[in-house]
Amino acid sequence: MAPTYELKDLRKVFDDGSVAVDGISLTIEPGEHVAFIGPSGAGKTTLFRILNLTLRPTAGTMRLGGVDVSGLGESELQKARRRIGTIYQQGNLVGRLRVVHNVLAGNLGRWSTTKALVSLISPQGVDVARRALGRVGISEKLYARTDELSGGQQQRVAIARVLVQDPDIILADEPVSSVDPSLAASIVALLRDLSAESRKTLLLNLHSVDLALASFPRIVGIQEGRILFDLSPEKVTPEMLRALYAGDDEAVDIERVNEILSVSGLCRPIRK
Amino acid sequence: MRSSRSAGFADRFGSKSAFPYLFGFFFVISFILSLRLAQVDPRLLVEPAALANLGRFVRGMFPPELSPSFLQVVGPAILETIQISVMGTVVACLLAIPLGLLATSSLTWSGILHERAGRFYQGLWFGPYALSRALLSLFRSIPELVWALLFVRAVGLGPFAGVLALGISYGGMLGKVYSEILEGANPRPLEALHSGGAGRLGIVLYGLLPQALPSLLSYTLYRWECAIRASALLGFVGAGGLGLQIELSMRMFQFNEILTLLGALFLLVAGVDFVSGRIRASLVR
Amino acid sequence: MIVTKTSGDHSILASPRRLLFPWLVTGGFVALVVWSGLGIQVDMGALVGGEGRHQMAVYVKKLFPPDLSAPMLREALVGAIETFAISFVGSLLAVLIALPLSVLTTRTILYRGILYAGRRLGSGEKGFRVGVYASAKAVLNVLRTIPEIVWALIFVFLVGLGPFPGTLALGVHTGGVLGKLFGEVLEDVDPRPLETLRATGASRLQILFYGILPQALPQWTSYALYRWEVNIRAAAVLGFVGAGGLGQRIYISLSLFLEHQLLTLIIAVYIMVTLVDGLSAWLRRRLV
Repeated sequence: MAPTYELKDLRKVFDDGSVAVDGISLTIEPGEHVAFIGPSGAGKTTLFRILNLTLRPTAGTMRLGGVDVSGLGESELQKARRRIGTIYQQGNLVGRLRVVHNVLAGNLGRWSTTKALVSLISPQGVDVARRALGRVGISEKLYARTDELSGGQQQRVAIARVLVQDPDIILADEPVSSVDPSLAASIVALLRDLSAESRKTLLLNLHSVDLALASFPRIVGIQEGRILFDLSPEKVTPEMLRALYAGDDEAVDIERVNEILSVSGLCRPIRK
Repeated sequence: MRSSRSAGFADRFGSKSAFPYLFGFFFVISFILSLRLAQVDPRLLVEPAALANLGRFVRGMFPPELSPSFLQVVGPAILETIQISVMGTVVACLLAIPLGLLATSSLTWSGILHERAGRFYQGLWFGPYALSRALLSLFRSIPELVWALLFVRAVGLGPFAGVLALGISYGGMLGKVYSEILEGANPRPLEALHSGGAGRLGIVLYGLLPQALPSLLSYTLYRWECAIRASALLGFVGAGGLGLQIELSMRMFQFNEILTLLGALFLLVAGVDFVSGRIRASLVR
Repeated sequence: MIVTKTSGDHSILASPRRLLFPWLVTGGFVALVVWSGLGIQVDMGALVGGEGRHQMAVYVKKLFPPDLSAPMLREALVGAIETFAISFVGSLLAVLIALPLSVLTTRTILYRGILYAGRRLGSGEKGFRVGVYASAKAVLNVLRTIPEIVWALIFVFLVGLGPFPGTLALGVHTGGVLGKLFGEVLEDVDPRPLETLRATGASRLQILFYGILPQALPQWTSYALYRWEVNIRAAAVLGFVGAGGLGQRIYISLSLFLEHQLLTLIIAVYIMVTLVDGLSAWLRRRLV
């Protein structure tokens, strides 16, 4: 089967001349779970926006499921986007809407405009929404107003929406950075379990290095728009991490990382 | 203005300090010229003829004309004014919704929704965008009364011309404000929907409208408050409503009728303001 | 109004009144629209199809091309400048009228609030001030409820035809509108700087000038400039009743059935309005 993503020498230069992505080549197979780490401003978000077909790269090629995306027209791009579900750090949802509408919005890629309009008045397929919310643990919030939920709960709603969308690929750009740290691990675990169940490809941007190393079988370190390393976590050394975050103001807790690296059985076993 | 100052002054305040002086200068010149052009002559107000007329006017107003035969004319005029204002606002909305959407750059060609689209695609949508902006500008820059004049000539006397005149000119105003409200919405939920494969209309329904609806409704209600005042006046050019009666009474120097009509107008405006105000207050939830 | 949360699925079990209100309002509006439409016998069919469209097309053809001969252009230019002058002086007059009236209709300046804390007004004096407040409010209401065009009629009756009654009409009406808006700004002023001033022993008048007015000025300027955009449109049409400017000339062209001249004047109105809109927006950016 063709790889999900095949990136060759991807570059992205913005109008002001800044180089966000500087020659990235990467292959990701279907069903893989990959964590991206690196200092802020390293280009991870830009990379993700290229991956979810929001931004166009300045140079290089990207193949999605074997198909070169640069040749795709607007409607084909839209179809391709339906197969990619994205969760952002914040601002995924519209606060004034009820949770049920935000969740069912995952269907917008396949609904006609009329159906979308009708659903705002009388939600179509409420059971699907309820089940999705149940998978993320907050089914009782189905009819609540979204801005009445906490940050962690809202991220779960965003995940529920992605479940309703049912894409082949899930991209999550720092999904837990605005969430209470005690909840971060459970949300990341939730994403991993859900993706594994339906054999979806999962790509995560993480700010927290220890969370990444503890949860993912493949770690990609990005610095200044380039890949510094692409390894399984037990091969990641503290020196590599220091080099990755050199010059980053938010210092990485090397001690904590050492602790994790020294524990055997790095990847939390996936729930069957 | 900055001629013979010490170097320190110019250094400290820089070239920005010239603006207030320039502005003041032009302001004063414009004011003096305008006084001449507008033939402002306060003495006219206190001339014997003016004061005599004033006396005639004030004395003539009381008591207000409240005979049943006159009230039978005023009543329907009030109702007609309300109807013109409502239909005019409806027509304005019908015009403003499509034009306002097209005039929103973040929906048509700029911003995150169009980052990946090709230049050709962006250019394709720029045309309708520019056209709708031009139309909206044309509609709202010509006063309602002028539109009413044209429509009366085109479709005849009566309230229909008033509805059309209101519809077009207020459509222009609504459309422009709609597009400004939409452009000011938080773009992140829109990007989230877009990245999941939603089409433009889906993004509008689930991302833009929920954010913008209270402001859109609030401004539309405010426009209705303005419409009720405007409808009363369109009658001056034959477009029905209270304005027609006011003009007639003025021509016949029936000042007591004018007092009644103004009183009716006052009650009407107060009523609409009250209803509209209550609804707008409840929108802020 | 609180949303009552119950356990279970339906956490929007709000009070019945809350759910009813939006539907009631929407229903009321729909009824209003239907009644209005029937009352005007809006024949949308005739409008979009055949007859109405035909009539409008015929009239539009009569308007074009605009009369661009030299004497007409000069007439349009004079009219435009006159209209500009009317709107300009009228707006300034309005501000002059609005300033004192707005102060007199602000209860927190007259007899309540921070300026009067710890000081009791005698009932006679308080009664007087309340009376002043009520009268000023009544004056504002009269000024702003009577439409500009009716004021124009009145002033034409008093002082004769020409741009002067137009200026007065605009000034008086807009004075009422701005007076109310200015007053709202005064009432919403942040009381904390005022308390500080009071603590340093400033008199009420000093607090007005050093605490209240500086806060109010930016918003006042914004309102006045915004109102100028409304006034240029009003100034253009006041001429219908003889108050000068482009409106007067439009009225003449209409009466004489000179459609090409009419179009020229309408174009002049459009240019004038766009100019003032732009000027007003630019000034609002620079000054506020």
